[in-house]
Amino acid sequence: MNRWLKGSYLGLVYLFFYLPIGVLAVFSFNDSKYRLTWQGFTWRWYESLLANEELLQVALNSVLLALVSATLATLLGTLTAVTLYRYRFFGKKLLFGLLYVVILSPDIVMGISLLILFVSLQLPLGFWTLLLAHITFCLPFVAVTVYGRLSGFDDTLTEAARDLGASEWVTFRRVLLPLLMPAVIAGWLLSFTLSMDDVIISYFVTGPTFEILPLKIYSMVRIGVKPEVNALCTLMLGITLIMVLAAHFLLREQPT
Amino acid sequence: MSDSILQIRGLGKAFGGDWVLEGIDLDIRRGEFLTLLGPSGCGKTTLLRLIAGLETVSAGSLHLQGRDLTPIPAERRPVNTVFQSYALFPHLTVFENVAFGPRLQGVKGAELRRRVADALETVKLGELAARRPGQLSGGQQQRVAIARALVNQPLMLLLDEPLSALDYKLRKQMQLELKQLQRRLGITFVFVTHDQEEALSMSDRVAVMNAGRIEQLDTPRRVYEDPASLFVARFVGEANLLPARVLEQRPDGLSLELEGKPFEAARPQRFEPGGRVHLLLRPEDLDVWSPEELRRQPEYQARALAATVEEVIYKGAEVDLLVRLESGVQVAATAFFDEEDPTLEYQRGERVFVTWPAGWEVLLPFEDAS
Amino acid sequence: MRPAPRGSLFRNATLAVIWLWLLVFVLAPTAMVAVASLLERGTDQFVTAAFSLESFARLFDPLYFQVFWNSIYLAGVTTGLCLLAGYPFAWLIARAPGRIRPLLLLLVIVPFWTSSLIRTYAMVIILKANGLLNGLLLWFGAIDQPLMLLYTEAAVIAGLVYSLLPFMILPLYAAMERLDLRLLEAARDLGAGRTALFLRVVFPLTLPGMIAGCMLVFLPALGLFYIPDLLGGAKILLLGNLIKDQFLAARDWPFGSAVSVVLLLFMALFLLALVYVRRRRADAEAAL
Repeated sequence: MNRWLKGSYLGLVYLFFYLPIGVLAVFSFNDSKYRLTWQGFTWRWYESLLANEELLQVALNSVLLALVSATLATLLGTLTAVTLYRYRFFGKKLLFGLLYVVILSPDIVMGISLLILFVSLQLPLGFWTLLLAHITFCLPFVAVTVYGRLSGFDDTLTEAARDLGASEWVTFRRVLLPLLMPAVIAGWLLSFTLSMDDVIISYFVTGPTFEILPLKIYSMVRIGVKPEVNALCTLMLGITLIMVLAAHFLLREQPT
Repeated sequence: MSDSILQIRGLGKAFGGDWVLEGIDLDIRRGEFLTLLGPSGCGKTTLLRLIAGLETVSAGSLHLQGRDLTPIPAERRPVNTVFQSYALFPHLTVFENVAFGPRLQGVKGAELRRRVADALETVKLGELAARRPGQLSGGQQQRVAIARALVNQPLMLLLDEPLSALDYKLRKQMQLELKQLQRRLGITFVFVTHDQEEALSMSDRVAVMNAGRIEQLDTPRRVYEDPASLFVARFVGEANLLPARVLEQRPDGLSLELEGKPFEAARPQRFEPGGRVHLLLRPEDLDVWSPEELRRQPEYQARALAATVEEVIYKGAEVDLLVRLESGVQVAATAFFDEEDPTLEYQRGERVFVTWPAGWEVLLPFEDAS
Repeated sequence: MRPAPRGSLFRNATLAVIWLWLLVFVLAPTAMVAVASLLERGTDQFVTAAFSLESFARLFDPLYFQVFWNSIYLAGVTTGLCLLAGYPFAWLIARAPGRIRPLLLLLVIVPFWTSSLIRTYAMVIILKANGLLNGLLLWFGAIDQPLMLLYTEAAVIAGLVYSLLPFMILPLYAAMERLDLRLLEAARDLGAGRTALFLRVVFPLTLPGMIAGCMLVFLPALGLFYIPDLLGGAKILLLGNLIKDQFLAARDWPFGSAVSVVLLLFMALFLLALVYVRRRRADAEAAL
């Protein structure tokens, strides 16, 4: 009846989502420093990014931090998910609830609480405090993602493995882990994205010795709109897009 | 037609160009228990949903007590449905589920409580009013679904395979209760099922459906004993089909060639000489004799068909036999234990003879029986 | 239920690590925030070990009280707008044909994961004086000279909605996708028209998704300090800006902690509402 109306409403909201970032991406290729109008295609701004050695170092810092924190969070989160799935233990519901609360809790509260912790422990703010913070906020996402896939499994899989003589470890290594791999990789990709994009928590636990990209971008965008910043943001958007798409398709493939 | 409550004429339904229901003509009688029976995908549920108003009509018309139903949306039709999955509202108590319809009619207070209590009493669930659907067993949920529909005092109650989710014993019990309920309330029930036993045991009339059409509409007994088509014969009960050739058409019967022997059929049906027909015989109609037994039954000797026992399946009160006729056609026969024949001993490979009481065969036009 | 092998090393080791981690990096720090909010501000240390409710009392200081209420007002408006825009949107996706639904959903998931800072920056490009929106309005002749769109309350709200709308849509979608269509048919069969259908069936059954969505929008809308920073100039402050300033500029940890405790209390309220609604129908869902 009002299919046209429904379609245009959907279209309008998607336009709202994508128009600003589309404009941002287009402007990163615009051969003009200040003008709104299109002045021709250029790689200029990307080239000047690559020439900026200080920025490259910051980007490298961020990638290193994201790699390490995503990997450790994935390891811990996967083990947690498997334990939640496989075993009954005291406080299981509590652990579950706590993981969800960590996901839901406002970033700023986690930021200041970790700041208080690190200052109390007299840890110098820098790479290590960032790493601990990033692992903490990525971990529940991995656990929930992996658990989501596990809960779709047939319970008899692990029973069959045990019936055939597999120990706990062999069951995990040979049966669960291969089936879980897509979710584990997806969890890693999402963690990497979270770590690369986090502003609020990092803002509190960062130190002068280890600058990272999202905070660098924050200080750059506060100054104003610049074509180099457009290019940098477009690159970040591209990386996120690839990671999220990859994670999405890994998770969509259903276990048989 | 004064006793007809719903008249369906030329009704059809298409989903994206595919006609799942075509040319349905059906008069549903006031107060009857009508069953729509057929395999999955035959259109029986679609027909029910068209009556309920949950699908829009693609062709034809529906008249309820003379009033055109087509423009009336589901929420304003005086018919109610018991859904296959019950579709009980999980966020409402049993009481609130049943009160859902009356509340929308503006019924309140003591009157509402009385009507809901009555409806729950009708399905013997009075004490569970405060529970939520999740706390009920499958059978209890079923009863709530029935009460929720009945409380609106519908002109017709539509039931979409309401018993299919229940286990065997509970299903038997609910069949009986539903039938009793329908008799007591006198409401027209339209019941959809794919279970032929359920259809035969509960209904006043059965509409056997296949591929979007009604193949036969008749009493359970006629549908079983005198099926109108090969499809009905095979779908309702077990059927043995023996191919035969028409030799001669006479006013009082037919001369056939069956298993290479002449055979006189008593039925006054018209078939062209030289044409082929199917003889339908139910397994329980067949008698299986050993050569010695047959010698003691002179009246059967001329008509007996020779066969070999292939399988003997003991079933407690009966024995099922699979025998192969000389022409190669396999036939199932059921023999019941009784005082006259307490032994019923058969061996695989044994030579036997198959007979049936004269006139019990049903003649159907020949269809490729694949 | 699954078999429960007892006392395996694997299980105990994992549990020990994860509990230790959550204890050290989540529970203990949160407890420290709560404690800090009840202490006095120190001179050489950030806090001194003296009990005081002064930090909470300062929330009622007219200066902070105004920031406090303004932030709650902005978050409330943002949540309301997201709900208004997101509810029909999520419904349309959940009821879209199966072929295109995954794509429609993916188009919401991508902004969900995309950096909200970068998206806020994109909003700046759109709204600034020589930005796209002003350009379009001038082009159409709707205005004669550029409007001051940036550094207004409306810009902050637009930025918050832009960042947080996916967080409203996804939980709503999850609730709506689970909604059994046969329940809607049953309701219609029992006489429910459009209004009754929504009020009596759709609304109560999607309520958990609504509460979750509102929480995921409201709490960040109090905390996302860079959005007023970039879109509101220095005029508009959120609780997040207040907390940030107390910790990193004013160095008043007890007060910053007190504001954070307020945030945690809001979260607790949402969670309680969610638990209450879920419990009321947990048993019902278990049967379906």
